[in-house]
Amino acid sequence: MKPNRIKRWSVILIILIALVTLVSLLALCTGSADILLKDIPHILFYGKGTSDYSILLDIRLPRIILGLSIGGALSLAGVLLQGMFKNPLVEPYTLGISGGASLGVCINIVFNFYGKIGIIAYPLSGFSGASLVIFLVYYLNNNTKDIKSNRMLLTGVMISYVASSLVMLLMAVSKTDDLQNIVLWIMGSLDEPNTILIKMALFGSLAGLAGSYFFCFDLNALLLGEDEAANLGVNTTRTKKFLFIIASFLTGLSVSVAGIIMFAGLIVPHFMRMIAGPDHRILLISSFLAGAAFLVLCDVIARVIISPLELPVGVITGIIGGVIFIWVLSRKQVTL
Amino acid sequence: MSQILFIDNLSFKYHEKTVLKDISFSTDPGEFVSIIGPNGCGKTTLIKIISKINKPDKGNIYINGENIQTLSNKQLARHIAVVMQSSEPVSMSVEEYVLLGRLPFFKKYQFFENARDIALAHNYMALTGILKLAHAPINKISGGERQLAAIARALTQEPLLLILDEPTSHLDITHQIQILELISSLKKELSLSVLIVLHDLNLAAEYSDRLVLLNGKNGKIYKTGTCDQVLSEKSIQEVYNARVLIRKNPLSKKPCVFLINQNALDKKENPVL
Repeated sequence: MKPNRIKRWSVILIILIALVTLVSLLALCTGSADILLKDIPHILFYGKGTSDYSILLDIRLPRIILGLSIGGALSLAGVLLQGMFKNPLVEPYTLGISGGASLGVCINIVFNFYGKIGIIAYPLSGFSGASLVIFLVYYLNNNTKDIKSNRMLLTGVMISYVASSLVMLLMAVSKTDDLQNIVLWIMGSLDEPNTILIKMALFGSLAGLAGSYFFCFDLNALLLGEDEAANLGVNTTRTKKFLFIIASFLTGLSVSVAGIIMFAGLIVPHFMRMIAGPDHRILLISSFLAGAAFLVLCDVIARVIISPLELPVGVITGIIGGVIFIWVLSRKQVTL
Repeated sequence: MSQILFIDNLSFKYHEKTVLKDISFSTDPGEFVSIIGPNGCGKTTLIKIISKINKPDKGNIYINGENIQTLSNKQLARHIAVVMQSSEPVSMSVEEYVLLGRLPFFKKYQFFENARDIALAHNYMALTGILKLAHAPINKISGGERQLAAIARALTQEPLLLILDEPTSHLDITHQIQILELISSLKKELSLSVLIVLHDLNLAAEYSDRLVLLNGKNGKIYKTGTCDQVLSEKSIQEVYNARVLIRKNPLSKKPCVFLINQNALDKKENPVL
């Protein structure tokens, strides 16, 4: 029975890695400059200095890396939150964590923290905003016995509204330069020229994935409910604290680099749970990979659908994710 | 110390209201102890305190001689296994569910269950009769089968003490008897100490070696002892505020509780009343 499962998990991983590679190649040859797939090796090896070479390596590749990192980070955050709250509709955006992170980043732009402490101010402010919201949502709902209730989801949505109103308030009182900065950033795009931020996103999301694996068994036990998990030896208070930190770290990082990308953390974990099963040993990595592929694919769609103009990628994930959210909600039996 | 569980002078308050007061009792290896008492008398709370989910205001609990407050959750889970009253619906297979019982034994960087873990899980699935359901999703099997799976999972923890919170509620009599027979035979085979919360006084009388009757009015133990000592018309009247008749079960010679429908009876025709 055990070799069987390892075989199944390996097949899932191989398919997902192939998918990520395929989508990345697709993204590599999509864009206003016509570069064919078969020409890419030639350009990479012999074309140093040509414009095609710099389009591939300086424009498209960083964008793909960012897309993979952010997509992986957001859907991993979704898996962690869904596992903790035992609610399949929970994800960074619906819980208001993205909203909190965006408020943090806006405060950073308006008060010019990034001018004082450098580019690190972006992820730092995103992380602070995200963790503030996640603790707020949890403690506002902690006293009710039924943490599973959709009350928590409502609290999250409301916090989201408050955060976006505060962002608008900041926009209304900010200087023109700042306003432009905020608007550009809020649109949610993978077009990020700063390579330091891209590196941060890549290594940050991988660190988040590694960190979450320390809790894969605790998450499995939490599937049975908090009391049952405690009976199985899980220190639930400590585990939840660490998972909160990882989830807000991943969300804060994503939002501060790529703006608000809605629902990316909702759809992917939902489908991976159906395909790979509820065991977090496979669910964490497979959601990360599938999320990475999903966001890069959405970005390709966003780039070609009204080309030569491009849509913010959040528009695509918002439409697809919103429809799926409604579909999940309308299904009668929603269990993790 | 031969006692498996030793509860020493335990008290617990919830929102300033006394739920449990001065609770002391112990269980031996191979002993089947039932906790009985009216609704809301703190039976489930007592279980949650023993499994360290709630913290007592006063008193200590020892498992195999060790104070549970000095043990980590993981260490405690190697001694005590709990089958809770209602488990939330999850979409995993029965086998995956039973294997979760091995979590307390995972080493720090262990990622897969080892051969022994799987052998244990299969052994207890066979013992509880659910091996044929190994690949069925746990949320698609019947309530009785799910209860058996929960017991198999608890046994896979290889505990010294097995705690069950109303394992027979919502089950038909076939499954009620099946589950209690199973637990009775297990306690002998594995010399397991069993602590069980039961609503049904007759089931408690039939299967228990000892009863602990909790009094909801003051949170104290009303009486503890064999079923003949604890189950009397007087004690039921005082703790439950209910009039009952108690007769011997002709087969087992255990006390058997008969409920009385006060309205339907004519007092003249029934001189016992």
